[in-house]
Amino acid sequence: MRRRGRDKTWNPYLAGALAGLLAIGSAYVTTRVTGRTEFLGASKTFVRVSAALERAVLPARVAKSADFKDERLKTDWQLMLLGGLFLGALASALTGHAFEWEGVPELWRHRFGPGVLKRAAGAFLGGAVAMFGARLAGGCPFGHGLSGVMQLSVSGLAASLCFFMGGAMVAKYLSRKGDRYE
Amino acid sequence: MSEPLLGLVTGFLFGFLLQKGGVLRFDRQVGALLFRDMTLVKFMVSAMLVGSVGFQLLAEAKLIAMNHLAMNVGGVVLGGLLYGCGWAIAGYCPGTAVGALGEGRWTALFAIAGMLAGAALYAEAHPALKVTVLAWLNLKSLALPKLLGVSPWMCIAGLWGAGIVTFVWCEFKKV
Repeated sequence: MRRRGRDKTWNPYLAGALAGLLAIGSAYVTTRVTGRTEFLGASKTFVRVSAALERAVLPARVAKSADFKDERLKTDWQLMLLGGLFLGALASALTGHAFEWEGVPELWRHRFGPGVLKRAAGAFLGGAVAMFGARLAGGCPFGHGLSGVMQLSVSGLAASLCFFMGGAMVAKYLSRKGDRYE
Repeated sequence: MSEPLLGLVTGFLFGFLLQKGGVLRFDRQVGALLFRDMTLVKFMVSAMLVGSVGFQLLAEAKLIAMNHLAMNVGGVVLGGLLYGCGWAIAGYCPGTAVGALGEGRWTALFAIAGMLAGAALYAEAHPALKVTVLAWLNLKSLALPKLLGVSPWMCIAGLWGAGIVTFVWCEFKKV
């Protein structure tokens, strides 16, 4: 299962610790610059993009939605964070010779075959369920997981455990059925 | 530096580290859920351990303001478990889907589209959830030290203890 050395990655403890330092630095600097502490997060931006898209198609429906009506797309800190995240991953992958134009991940192929459509459908459905859950929980693994646990938030610790437990159950179920999910 | 530019730079560094840590890949995300490749857990927990100390020091010096997301018990537990179910199939969280796309995993686009659809679906379901699941028990913004009535540093020591036990287990099992 472990495929080390196929692409050059750093020691995960080191990379993670550096990400921790980045979170600390970012919290400090945003507070200094904007007067408000920004914490790493991602799901709020998805909500804003989704609301903006729906507003373009069904404006009346969005205006009536308590959850969506005040969500507007703006080039704020978190939106730019996600833009930067894309570029940073791209830069790292390109310079580290890890960039790979891949549609069907290896693990998925072993379990569900090489079909791209099936993978696309799985990614879409899984993504939809995940975001619905993240909205209900009030945050995603960045907001609740990283930022919440770093702050010792009860919600962050509880959500992280639930994220992982739910994921482990489904992954285990899928792996047992096919016996080749490896 | 302006707020959007600050976000861009922070995101760039974060995306760089996520890619270098090798945690953006579907195989690594699902590998962690199967307890077969714990790279993701090593990365995330290391970040949490380091971050918890820095956040506490900065908060005590009043240099940052903590912002605890609401502990709505029904929402966090059911939403969290539901999130996990989707995550195991999509293989990405919202942030790593964006990063995975940068790495060339183009079907992450479908995960992103699904996530946008999921947010819209949630907006439709919100009125019903608000009077049911979300109305059960809301502990609001709550920090663990306050809940337990102990010093934050005790909680951080506990977090580090749990983290180190996890790391030792991973290394012992060679996962």
